[in-house]
Amino acid sequence: MNQPDCLSPITRRGFLRAASFAAGALITGCGPRGVPGARVTLTQWYHQYGETGTQEAVLRYAREYTRQHPDIAIRVLWVPGDYGTKLATSLLTGGPDVFEGSLTAAMVRAGQVAPLDELFTPSVRAEFSPKDIAVNTVGGRIYGVKMLDDVGFLYYRKSQLTAAGIEPPATMDALIAAANKLTVGDRKGLFIGNDGGVNALLTLLPWSAGSDFLVGNKIVFNNPRTQAAYEKLSELNASGSLLIGAPTDYWDPSAFTQGLTALQWTGLWAYPAIRKAFGDDIGVVPWPALDAAGTPVTFLGGWSQMVNAQGAHIEEAKAFVKWLWIESTQLQQDWSLNYGLHVPPRTSLVSSAPQLQGAVPLTAASALRKYGRFLPPDWDQSMTTALTDALTNALKRGQPMASELSAAADKCTRELERALE
Amino acid sequence: MNNNKATFAFWVFMAPTLLGLFVFTLIPIFWGFLLSLSHAQNSIHVGHFIGLRNYTDLLTDSEFLRSLWTIVVFASFIVPLNFALSLGMAMLVNKAGRGTAFFRTVLFIPSAVSYVVASMIWRVSLFSGTPFGLANHVLGLFGIHAIAWIGTASPPWYWLVLVTARLWLQCGFYMIIFLAGLQEIPRSLYEAASVDGASGGWAVLRYITLPQLRATSVSVLLLNLIAAFQAFDEFYNILGGSGSSSGNIGLARPPLVYLYSIALSDQDFGRGAAGGFILTALIVGVTLIQGRIFGFGGSDK
Repeated sequence: MNQPDCLSPITRRGFLRAASFAAGALITGCGPRGVPGARVTLTQWYHQYGETGTQEAVLRYAREYTRQHPDIAIRVLWVPGDYGTKLATSLLTGGPDVFEGSLTAAMVRAGQVAPLDELFTPSVRAEFSPKDIAVNTVGGRIYGVKMLDDVGFLYYRKSQLTAAGIEPPATMDALIAAANKLTVGDRKGLFIGNDGGVNALLTLLPWSAGSDFLVGNKIVFNNPRTQAAYEKLSELNASGSLLIGAPTDYWDPSAFTQGLTALQWTGLWAYPAIRKAFGDDIGVVPWPALDAAGTPVTFLGGWSQMVNAQGAHIEEAKAFVKWLWIESTQLQQDWSLNYGLHVPPRTSLVSSAPQLQGAVPLTAASALRKYGRFLPPDWDQSMTTALTDALTNALKRGQPMASELSAAADKCTRELERALE
Repeated sequence: MNNNKATFAFWVFMAPTLLGLFVFTLIPIFWGFLLSLSHAQNSIHVGHFIGLRNYTDLLTDSEFLRSLWTIVVFASFIVPLNFALSLGMAMLVNKAGRGTAFFRTVLFIPSAVSYVVASMIWRVSLFSGTPFGLANHVLGLFGIHAIAWIGTASPPWYWLVLVTARLWLQCGFYMIIFLAGLQEIPRSLYEAASVDGASGGWAVLRYITLPQLRATSVSVLLLNLIAAFQAFDEFYNILGGSGSSSGNIGLARPPLVYLYSIALSDQDFGRGAAGGFILTALIVGVTLIQGRIFGFGGSDK
């Protein structure tokens, strides 16, 4: 969940594309075959990005690599659907040589990913934002190269706020007041997902209160600040100002662009589509601080490239990753900026990109540096499930928040101990 | 000589089936059992044995117990409802005279629809939370505000969505079974009943139709119950989220969905396998109890 599945709103066209691709793949054998005479064929997996042109782009990168290195062919597999599950399952029995994903400590312990420290020379290391290195580090070793950074924002229309006489919300209470005031007729005030914000705000709310989840080897979220932040979500859900049951979830901007909601939490990736709908009448703020003692936050998401430690061609795979995600800055720029909008993980690319010079992207890039948070690789899916269940029980079943949180913390601690056994 | 030939023929015909059974059913069950005794995180290798810990972990996990409770409640609603509705439909269609073939086909068609497709239609078109979803549009005509059918727990409207989806998908199938059963009942029984003065209505249903449908009813109940305990598709697709989001599935999560997330999202195959065996034991247990009550499997009278 530190990794919102940001880039794949399934559109009708996208679905047809995927379907026809799948049919084509059956006939031709998946993606570009190695050029005749290639010594080694590397398999590379991507999840299905939603933006037009992304698939052509990765195929182009693969062809370019083979042009420069005629003995290596790259076979790209574009994976629609539940990518995380498909990838994890394929890694149990071989799997692709190179793949994108998000690193977990369990993958490292299971020996699924190869360390890539040698790619990060001091000069390369200095180029990447420290958070993007940390998210791929387990036990002091680096296992992934960040390909793009995603970040979330609360989008609003300036004209609407002015008309209602509201400032962009800077605290949770201000946000609740704004959502109430902006709920008019069939238009709701705020959209934070069809589950009432459980998924989108699970980590953001405690962070906005100054709390955290896993520090060192300790589960630390069970405290009054987390509780206070989650209770504000109950207040929001009870207010009747939330949009629930929109056709797509919060990662997709259509609820906002179609006027179903006045405010929406979604990613920077949605900015091009929102801009198309509203021009310059858009503003963004990070998720507001809980109160004066809290801090604004946003998530640092995105994808990282990793090398399969059980692959037959680890060295060739590392060389390819190095070429594509470390040396070829132009391709990285193309990847982050020319399809959806993402922040490139390399600081030099951020300052030089014309696409990032508008007011919204500039806010985004600086908010990412200042307020971007992520869960460490030791935090795993079972902990996310435990915490999600606790919040759901408290929010929707009326269970007491304090006891739910402490039960979830016990469960997470047990999972952590079990993993480290 | 002849005997040898017969043996040879036996193996030629049986070998592919036995091989398939062995490779795709028995080995995975056995492997799954070993996995359920292992710590198998991000791995399907057996070896790191931890005894019954996966089982005790699950049986003390409040969310797993809640999922079992969810499915028991769901089954106790959906099974009688499905039974009554499909029986009612079968009796109506049976009486439809020249329309029988038409109604039989039309009512059976939903059974051929994919659960995933139906779930998407229920979620996005019929019970969307926006004012333009069909249900909300109809309510809107009466001046009632849009209801978030799927995302709220009080009142738990999502059960209406889940139950109607399952009824629509399954009733047609059970109706066909009942229809076959109804057509097996000799007309002479009804004539005799009519002569004896039990003309139409409840008496005929109570003393002729239902007793004659006993075998059919028991098998429909059994299939229904097993299907209810195996519920996955509509829960996963109507309540579930997309990508890494678990959506609203926490509101009503059947055990299969919980085990799916343990095995495939958490990549904890040991615990997932253990849960599979617990659920199997539960289904077998409930089926045996049901068999006791309705006398299924015993000799006929």
